[in-house]
Amino acid sequence: MESLTEKKLKEMELMATRLREDVIKMVSHAGSGHIAGPLDMADVFTAFYFHILRHNPKKPNWPDRDRLVLSNGHICPIQYAALAHAGYFPVEELKTLRQLGTRLQGHPHRGTLPGIETTSGPLGSGISQASGIALAARLDGKKYQVYCLTSDGEHEEGNTWEAVMFAGKNRLSNLTVVVDRNNIQIDGFTEKIMPLESFADKYRAFNWHVLEIDGHNFEEIIAAAAEARAIHEQPTVIIAHTIPGKGVDFMENDYLWHSKTFKPGEAEKALSELRTLRGKIESEHQ
Amino acid sequence: MLNPEAKLNPKIFDEDVAQAPTRDGYGEGLVDAGTANANVVALCADLIESTRVEAFAKKFPERFFEMGVAEQNMATVAAGLGITGKIPFISSYATFSPGRNWEQIRTTIAYNDANVKIAGHHAGISVGADGATHQATEDIAMMRVLPNMKVFVPCDAIEARKATVAAAHIWGPIYLRFQREKTPIMTTNETPFIPGKAEIFWLPGNGSSRAAKADVLIIGCGGLLYNALLAARELEKEKIGVVVLNCSTIKPIDEKKIVELAKKCGAVVTVEEHQVSGGLGGAVAEVLAKHAPAPIEFIGMQDVFGESGAPAALIEKYGMGVKDIKAAVKRAIRRK
Repeated sequence: MESLTEKKLKEMELMATRLREDVIKMVSHAGSGHIAGPLDMADVFTAFYFHILRHNPKKPNWPDRDRLVLSNGHICPIQYAALAHAGYFPVEELKTLRQLGTRLQGHPHRGTLPGIETTSGPLGSGISQASGIALAARLDGKKYQVYCLTSDGEHEEGNTWEAVMFAGKNRLSNLTVVVDRNNIQIDGFTEKIMPLESFADKYRAFNWHVLEIDGHNFEEIIAAAAEARAIHEQPTVIIAHTIPGKGVDFMENDYLWHSKTFKPGEAEKALSELRTLRGKIESEHQ
Repeated sequence: MLNPEAKLNPKIFDEDVAQAPTRDGYGEGLVDAGTANANVVALCADLIESTRVEAFAKKFPERFFEMGVAEQNMATVAAGLGITGKIPFISSYATFSPGRNWEQIRTTIAYNDANVKIAGHHAGISVGADGATHQATEDIAMMRVLPNMKVFVPCDAIEARKATVAAAHIWGPIYLRFQREKTPIMTTNETPFIPGKAEIFWLPGNGSSRAAKADVLIIGCGGLLYNALLAARELEKEKIGVVVLNCSTIKPIDEKKIVELAKKCGAVVTVEEHQVSGGLGGAVAEVLAKHAPAPIEFIGMQDVFGESGAPAALIEKYGMGVKDIKAAVKRAIRRK
């Protein structure tokens, strides 16, 4: 990884804001799709696609690339936006989200869009698939890292814990899981729907290396990924504490924005807030 | 008469015909496939002896993964391996895989187009004493409905070995169905097994009159095909000309041969140890309804679950015995 300069940090802050704007535009244009998750994971996606991953957008099938597996496929608008800005496909194409004939399916499909490593949407199967990729890497003596981005709500699925057990047993140190700990799911707050705490202890009990970070702090995200890469005996989970709907004041911490759609004027209001934020970042760093 | 071109077991109708479970053929085929290709890996959900993965696990310990009792994880880990250059074979009882993990197979193997081979064991009610929870009678239907998925149901242990080796060679998701109990060896190493092709095992007449009239076509799969052959031999004595077709690839089904023979015979009976809806019978009915409508009688599970019991007694009780097939043949002919 290149060193983390002030300039680089500013670029990432701006990119994350740009990606949030794209998410609002895409979902509002499509008329359906999830919003809170994509917004709160914008910083994590920016850190991965613009700093952490060893990848080549012009060669999406490069065999030695780091793999980024998205488990909770419903937050794909943020991944699509990050992939487009990273150069996997034209940014123009983002507005085709969920339209007939698009490569940007409502939930991601491997083989349809460059940069998508697995098909996802039905919850709880991403850590397993990432474990399979990590096993294949080990069998082939490959050095690439496998990252699985997942959500807290997905940890209500039995398949998730089967995978956590399996990766712990096999000491898949080339696997790093990032959990979007935003505390919300469709029907409400996770601790009310089905409590997940004490979350970190659960992973520790399955022989994982556990890190907890502020999911909106680039330095913490990048430092955690570097630490995970240096751990050679265990898989690592990075619990990224995030604010659902991050970046848009009237959406933050409201679980209803997990999957509700915009009423007239709301998308414009969100975009105006994000544009103001972007202007602020630009001026602060000048 | 036995079709000479199928090069079947000459002792097929002997009292002491050799018998072996199809799962034995899987175990052997898996070792063959693993020897031929270092990318073949095996995953098993706490059943290595009964699914016959043990030999592979011993020979290639670095390529064998014990998954514990976790079929959903087994399917999805295999998906990850399958999209990263490996050829994973996953093994469990068919009621659990593809039973319990069907959605994972749908999304991460079939829709994902991952190169994974799913071996469903203890299929059919001949599982016997374990009872209906362990007798898979819906698995063919669940797998053949999935886009990108191929379905092989070998008729004996020799064909099971060939089907397993072939599955490793063919790119893409494949479901392989195996049985617990010993069944008669019908084929030989020389019997053709071509994925996607059905093979004629029995022809009307006695060899001197190859052009003998064909009155009915029996299409079967799995070990139960043996009962179809016994029925055909008895019907021959009653001057009823029978063609018996081994349909070991249920998807993609051999439309051409089924249509050609159904037109020639004018009546059809399907024979399978599976629910009659959605399985081989369903697949044949779809083909014939489209291309060559003919009366069809369906031998198999008639929308009921099985129960504990001795395998042979269960086959009789649930209407899949030789006498049941003969009766179905006569019903089908009457409906012409």
